[in-house]
Amino acid sequence: MKVLVLLKPTPDTESKIAISADGSKIEQAGVKYVINPYDEFAIEEAVKIKEKAGAGDVIVATFGSDLAKELIVKGLAVGGTRGLLISNEGLENADSLTVAKVLAKAIQAESPDVVFCGKQAIDDDNMHVGVMVAELLKWPHVNVVTKLAINGKTANVEREVEGGQVEIYEVGLPAVFGADKALNKPRYASLPGIMQAKKKPLDLKKPGDLGLDAGALKAGIKTTATGFAPPPEKPAGKMFKGEDVEVMVEKVVKLLREEAKVI
Amino acid sequence: MKVLVFIEQRDGKLKSSSLEALTLGAKIAGSPADCAAVVVGKGVESLAAQLAGYGCDTVHTADDAAFDKYNPLAYAAAVEAAVKGHGAKVVLGVASPMGRDIFPRLAARFDAGIATDLTALEVQGDKLTGVKPMYAGKALAKIAIQNSPVMFATIRPNVFAATKTGAGAAKATKLAVSPPADSRIKTLEVRKGTSEKVDLTEATRIVSGGRAVGSADNFKVIYELAEALGATPGASRAAVDSGYAGHEMQVGQTGKTVNPTLYIAAGISGSIQHMAGMRTSKTIVAINTDPEAPIFKVASYGIVADLFKACPIMTQKLKALLQH
Repeated sequence: MKVLVLLKPTPDTESKIAISADGSKIEQAGVKYVINPYDEFAIEEAVKIKEKAGAGDVIVATFGSDLAKELIVKGLAVGGTRGLLISNEGLENADSLTVAKVLAKAIQAESPDVVFCGKQAIDDDNMHVGVMVAELLKWPHVNVVTKLAINGKTANVEREVEGGQVEIYEVGLPAVFGADKALNKPRYASLPGIMQAKKKPLDLKKPGDLGLDAGALKAGIKTTATGFAPPPEKPAGKMFKGEDVEVMVEKVVKLLREEAKVI
Repeated sequence: MKVLVFIEQRDGKLKSSSLEALTLGAKIAGSPADCAAVVVGKGVESLAAQLAGYGCDTVHTADDAAFDKYNPLAYAAAVEAAVKGHGAKVVLGVASPMGRDIFPRLAARFDAGIATDLTALEVQGDKLTGVKPMYAGKALAKIAIQNSPVMFATIRPNVFAATKTGAGAAKATKLAVSPPADSRIKTLEVRKGTSEKVDLTEATRIVSGGRAVGSADNFKVIYELAEALGATPGASRAAVDSGYAGHEMQVGQTGKTVNPTLYIAAGISGSIQHMAGMRTSKTIVAINTDPEAPIFKVASYGIVADLFKACPIMTQKLKALLQH
């Protein structure tokens, strides 16, 4: 079984997001990058499949800058067998479809049995790339996967939607699956795992190595972030403390009706 | 401007936020003749009438037993046919589980630009601009789509108004489309959820409990307050991880992003991850024993008190108030 996992570096949730003075970009100084949290569920699922099969490859792939290397190695430390980093140099502002075009080419070259990604990246919360990759490859996809069982060439997959409803699919492989939190519990890297990861192969490629023209990709970018603004400041709230609970609740209920007008 | 709006339904019930998308679509289109809707499902032709007055003259329907249950490839094929049939330049939908599932696929199919979960949206000529919260709500990105034959966008629920202007005949027109015959994906079943409540992502009122609730049994103080308000109950990650509430109730980074007009947080300290999911709520009420809890920084109204004292009192007062 050959499994490929798509990994995206995202700013740690605790990182301060500072907008440049001219509003054109997010300042990179002080931003710590981690494996997108949902991608950790994707890696875990891939490793579990390999372990169950008793053999196989788990390729951890990223389209990004050099800083992704150490995150790919982290993926190798928890069971990935080799890494693949496709450089985004000159394509740092690629939109989701451009990223998907590059990754789809890489997947085509590897021809895995199944591809996993996180259901969404926590920076843009888009949920685009996995689904787009599936479309470009003419594969089926299921996103927000909470349960998955592979039986030979098919997979039975559950996806959670509104109101706790669950859609249950039978999917012919190869396919792309976007992992949700409920799918599994990612393991921690062991010390031997961390040591071995440093010796595992990590291929470095450029879009050109995949037969893509970086200039054409750049020209094909259609969606751009043209600027950033901080969220509007909320006016300071009204705090009630030290009074009788009933009195405080009474006041808030009154404010909800007369000031906020929400009830 | 030719605009197509994807209207969602499940079990013959229209998604209310789809009407928000339709209202916006009609505004962008400029005339009911240029605005069309598409509805996919089984027995959906009769739903077209419910769209009358929201600004579209035509409702393309893909009405077939094969569309009964949601299937990404079948539904994408139906919307694709409607995009082509209407000659749409802009395709709008909602950032719902279904919208988030097929819009990226369609954008890839049309080699088009896509912007999703927008809280503001404008179209001028060949350019679509919008605003999208990013980095857990810590920044608002201005997004632009240009040089795209078709432009795809979804809106965040509860941000835009759904307004019946009276214009638009909403006449049902059957699409000539059948689901892909060789599809490698079959929807076996859609298992009903445990909750009959409005989903968190679309709820206008939410009451959430945190770790301080202490047990699954104790969560009934949250459920009772939610009931009194007609609200959907939610929970923090700490409460979900402790087994007090189901995963589908989780609000925050690894749960759901919500945008209600009223959000009541009881016994929730307010981690960055939780606030990422609820900070855009219009009015926030926080109930916590710790006056230093971060949740009070985003709260419109804060009550420093034990939730087991404050919530039942609030339930009683709201019941009395809302009965009149």
